[in-house]
Amino acid sequence: MEKEFYFNKDELKQFGNIVAFQEAMGKKFFDYYGEVMQEGALTAREKSLIALAVAHAIQCPYCIDAYSHECLKQGSDEEQMMEAVHVAAAIRAGTSLVYGVQMMNHVKKVTM
Amino acid sequence: MSIKQRTKSLRATGNELSDTFIQLEVLNGHHAKAAAFPSFEEKLETLGFAPLMSADIEIFQLNIGKLCNQTCAHCHVDAGPDKKHEMMSKDLLDKCVEIIAASPSIHTVDITGGAPEMHPHFRWFVEQVTALGKKVISRCNLTIIVANHKYLDLPEFYARHKVNVVSSLPYFTKLRTDAQRGDGVFEDSIKALKMLNEVGYGREDSGLQLDLVYNPSGAFLPGAQVTLETEFKRHLIQRYDIVFNNLFTITNMPISRFLDYLLESGNYEEYMQSLVDAFNPGTVPGLMCRNTISVSWEGYLYDCDFNQMLNLRVAPEHTRHLNDFDVEALSRRSIVLNQHCYGCTAGSGSSCGGALE
Repeated sequence: MEKEFYFNKDELKQFGNIVAFQEAMGKKFFDYYGEVMQEGALTAREKSLIALAVAHAIQCPYCIDAYSHECLKQGSDEEQMMEAVHVAAAIRAGTSLVYGVQMMNHVKKVTM
Repeated sequence: MSIKQRTKSLRATGNELSDTFIQLEVLNGHHAKAAAFPSFEEKLETLGFAPLMSADIEIFQLNIGKLCNQTCAHCHVDAGPDKKHEMMSKDLLDKCVEIIAASPSIHTVDITGGAPEMHPHFRWFVEQVTALGKKVISRCNLTIIVANHKYLDLPEFYARHKVNVVSSLPYFTKLRTDAQRGDGVFEDSIKALKMLNEVGYGREDSGLQLDLVYNPSGAFLPGAQVTLETEFKRHLIQRYDIVFNNLFTITNMPISRFLDYLLESGNYEEYMQSLVDAFNPGTVPGLMCRNTISVSWEGYLYDCDFNQMLNLRVAPEHTRHLNDFDVEALSRRSIVLNQHCYGCTAGSGSSCGGALE
């Protein structure tokens, strides 16, 4: 029997199939997604860097592959892509650290 | 600085892809290494574009020889320092001048190689063609300008004859450029670009046109030409005070050394699929093969430089060599198609002059 894995790389190619179980919502999603990623006030290149950072923040293997490729295609270089990942990492780190205030406040409240 | 080559020509390494027949076997899915993809020709037939016919010949593209000071990893010509004998003879260059002079529809002569400047009669040829009032494009790899003292005056020579210099610069960083073209290429390219700027190239109102060519340094398609041009201009002016006119994005064709790279890196199937998926019928009417004739160093005629490298000669049998040049028949020829043609129709399209739409 073929070994099974979560996050099978080839399953990304089947993403479009989600419309089979809910066509109307699926179609709306893909239209929306396509519209969002078009050139607008932000360039497609800038959007692909944002998507790469978000992909790292949400730790989505499909998105990381797809947007690493897309960033290269849109002309970003290795340094810019890694900086985008650092932005994601910094925001994540900051999000944890800012809860430190809550911890400090609680500690102050219950200690002498 | 001398360039340290990262690769060798297919022939020098005894690679089976140095045989164009094997390349066509791979592209058509008749080789153990390669999957098959829908036929490009059948796709055009379905859409009513076949046979794809040429129009008047406006661009005479001459591959003057395969000798080059670089051995780039993606080179579709398989050019390099070992290609010392593949250079057009003076007799054939004379014949080219005669044909160009007698063909009013030809307004541009596009000289490519190898490094065309390494041909012993290159400057003579440029002088002859510009004297005919034709526009000359030279596909200069930049580093040749600083490769030897005898080439240092190339910027002045180009400026004197108002040659449109079109130069490859895969990226505005050393890492990406050297990975594709050899260690030291980025640094030498920057020096050469500064020399071209010094004589006026790329500067407004100078009348001296300097265009850069971007082709992806890997198994991905080029993004939007306008966006990339903006990025290149921003970085080159900020970091190096370099200016240029246009950036042309060119898709890497799955032939020759780039085909070898795709196969060896395990990217062939995905890359071909991305070309097929990105097929854009809107690019077909503007394909460069429709107004170009491509001439090899041996004088044979092809629909484009890529067909030349796959040894797919023009269709009309009586006019396949400079010595039998029949401009009427060549202006109404059916274009020879194959699977690599997906490279020119993907996304915004691709040509020697960049994106098609």
